[in-house]
Amino acid sequence: MMETSLKTNPAKENFLNALEGHSSALTKFEPLLVAQHQERLSELDFPTSRVEDWKYTRTARISAEQWKIENHSGKIDVAPYLIPQTAATTLVFVNGFWNESLSTIKEQKGISITREISDLSAFSQFNAWLETENKNIFQTLRVSHCTDTLFIKIEKGVCAVHPIHIFHFQKGENNVSLPAIFVLAEEKSELNLIESFVGNDQHAEKHLCCRAIHIDVKKNAAVNFDKIQLENDLHFSIVEENIQMEEHALFTINTLTVDGGWIRNNLNITINGKHCEANLHGFYLPRRKQLVDNHTFVDHRVPDCNSNELYKGILNDQSTAVFNGKVFVRPDAQKTNAYQNNSNVLLSDDAQMFTKPELEIYADDVKCSHGTSTGQMDDDAVFYLRARGLSEDGAKKLLTSAFINDVMGKVKSDAVREYVVNELHQRQLLVD
Amino acid sequence: MLIIDNIHARIEEKEILQGLSLTVKPGEVHAIMGPNGSGKSTLAAVLAGKSDYEVTEGSILFNGKDLLDMAPEERAREGVFLAFQYPVEIPGVSNMNFLKAALTEIRKHQGLEPLSAKDFLKKVSEKSKLVELDGQLTNRSVNEGFSGGEKKRNEVFQMAMLEPTLGILDETDSGLDIDALRIVANGVNAMRSPERSFVVITHYQRLLDFIVPDFVHVLYKGRIVKSGTKELALELEERGYDWIKDEVESVKA
Repeated sequence: MMETSLKTNPAKENFLNALEGHSSALTKFEPLLVAQHQERLSELDFPTSRVEDWKYTRTARISAEQWKIENHSGKIDVAPYLIPQTAATTLVFVNGFWNESLSTIKEQKGISITREISDLSAFSQFNAWLETENKNIFQTLRVSHCTDTLFIKIEKGVCAVHPIHIFHFQKGENNVSLPAIFVLAEEKSELNLIESFVGNDQHAEKHLCCRAIHIDVKKNAAVNFDKIQLENDLHFSIVEENIQMEEHALFTINTLTVDGGWIRNNLNITINGKHCEANLHGFYLPRRKQLVDNHTFVDHRVPDCNSNELYKGILNDQSTAVFNGKVFVRPDAQKTNAYQNNSNVLLSDDAQMFTKPELEIYADDVKCSHGTSTGQMDDDAVFYLRARGLSEDGAKKLLTSAFINDVMGKVKSDAVREYVVNELHQRQLLVD
Repeated sequence: MLIIDNIHARIEEKEILQGLSLTVKPGEVHAIMGPNGSGKSTLAAVLAGKSDYEVTEGSILFNGKDLLDMAPEERAREGVFLAFQYPVEIPGVSNMNFLKAALTEIRKHQGLEPLSAKDFLKKVSEKSKLVELDGQLTNRSVNEGFSGGEKKRNEVFQMAMLEPTLGILDETDSGLDIDALRIVANGVNAMRSPERSFVVITHYQRLLDFIVPDFVHVLYKGRIVKSGTKELALELEERGYDWIKDEVESVKA
């Protein structure tokens, strides 16, 4: 039995052969861990649609390609992608490699940003890797073929004055990037994190981005994370965020999917300490044949914590979107408040939305709710706006803006919000 | 200004307007009255261009142009304004952004530049006073959480902002208490001018105490069966609609 499953998929062999010769950037920290993951690759395969977690998100287009890992040393103009008025530290990755010369670090006492670090003990992901076995080929690849590492550490009691803005650029044909970013927000620290996944409109090149970010939000720390996806139709993104929260921690993530051909977001939040608040918001506006899949997982392990989840989608043309929101309330996690909402508007008969709330509640004194709706645009509202002089297109765009307005309102920084609104305007998704 | 000639209109298979004709000249106020189901709201919807209604016969000319040939937004830009019987709530769209977009479109159609932010706000404050609409309401989402009376005042406020040449009020008085009715009527009266006309659709005569019409028409079974002056409205108030129904039926027989 085992043997037949070992060598079934020639696509996988081709895929792995093309990556051969690359040494994982994690080797210098945990050589055994990397070796383990390399070994595990032989047992794993690309998920098929028979796997529940990947039912609507087919990976065949990824496994059929041959991808290569390749650093890019040429020039890149970062300036057009900077967000005005944020005065951020900028950390630029190209093809999954951190490019220090393109990055601008605003020095602040108590904040360190390095490629390597001597003491890994506070970064919980390393323990997580050692303790659990990755069942998923992409998670495994992120360890076995990690392209580069980056450690961001905010010391105890430090409030980062400047936001940290991470960029992911891709250059050249068929590159895969697998960077691992580690963020440690120590006790009572504060950080605003921004991340841009940038498309490259000049070139019709395929790219695969498999970045992972692991964030530890320690006691009384607060991390706000605006993740902006601006890729193009030939980009594939399978990205993962792993968040570990301790007592009284606050974590907010806004996943703002403006553009991208094929996107799978895996967001995992583990709440390990009492009185935490986790906020997960996002919007996605797939069109043409784009696919956006948001898989979120909030693990309530302890009592007295809140999680709030709001995702909104507007689907046009032949696009597909998936929302799978898992909330796990463990027996100990009494007095949990967990709210989840996913609402969608379909603008076309050919668009498809698959949404699944997945609540597993094992504690009895909790408040959990979920709601989901998928419908069409309100014809009466469109007519009302047209009867006041707006064009049909203008009316629909105004209603689109309105629909995602509450998610947009969760973005704390005016500069980031204005930037994202502008990106939507440039793609003519909103009214002027 | 408006010439409605022998209009037949239906929704799905049901013919509701059955040969309605009406001519409105500049500056005139016409009241359309009639029992429930006579076709009053259908007339408003057909004038505004709601696509659920199909016009099978007849024509409507607005300032010499074929109104039925125009999309709803073109009608609005040409100067037709429908105050809705049931204004739609639009969460997330601010009244201000919406009105600014609408006014910009209408001005563009007239070959005018958009108003500056300052002039726009000045106009908002001036016109909202007209219907005693609270500044708080003008900044909220369109009609969201508004009371019935606030919604109707918001309709008249929008009309005052957009300054149409033809205002159609579809049962604007329904659901209003006497104070709100007076406010709404004052707003409309302030807009009356020799160039601007109104079609006031109402079930009850009491609105016409405040907005005094030049003509009153009775709509029954999709046609105007009786026309007169404001005295006709008083007679209807006193005698109800049955005597008109009887008149129509006896003529038929």
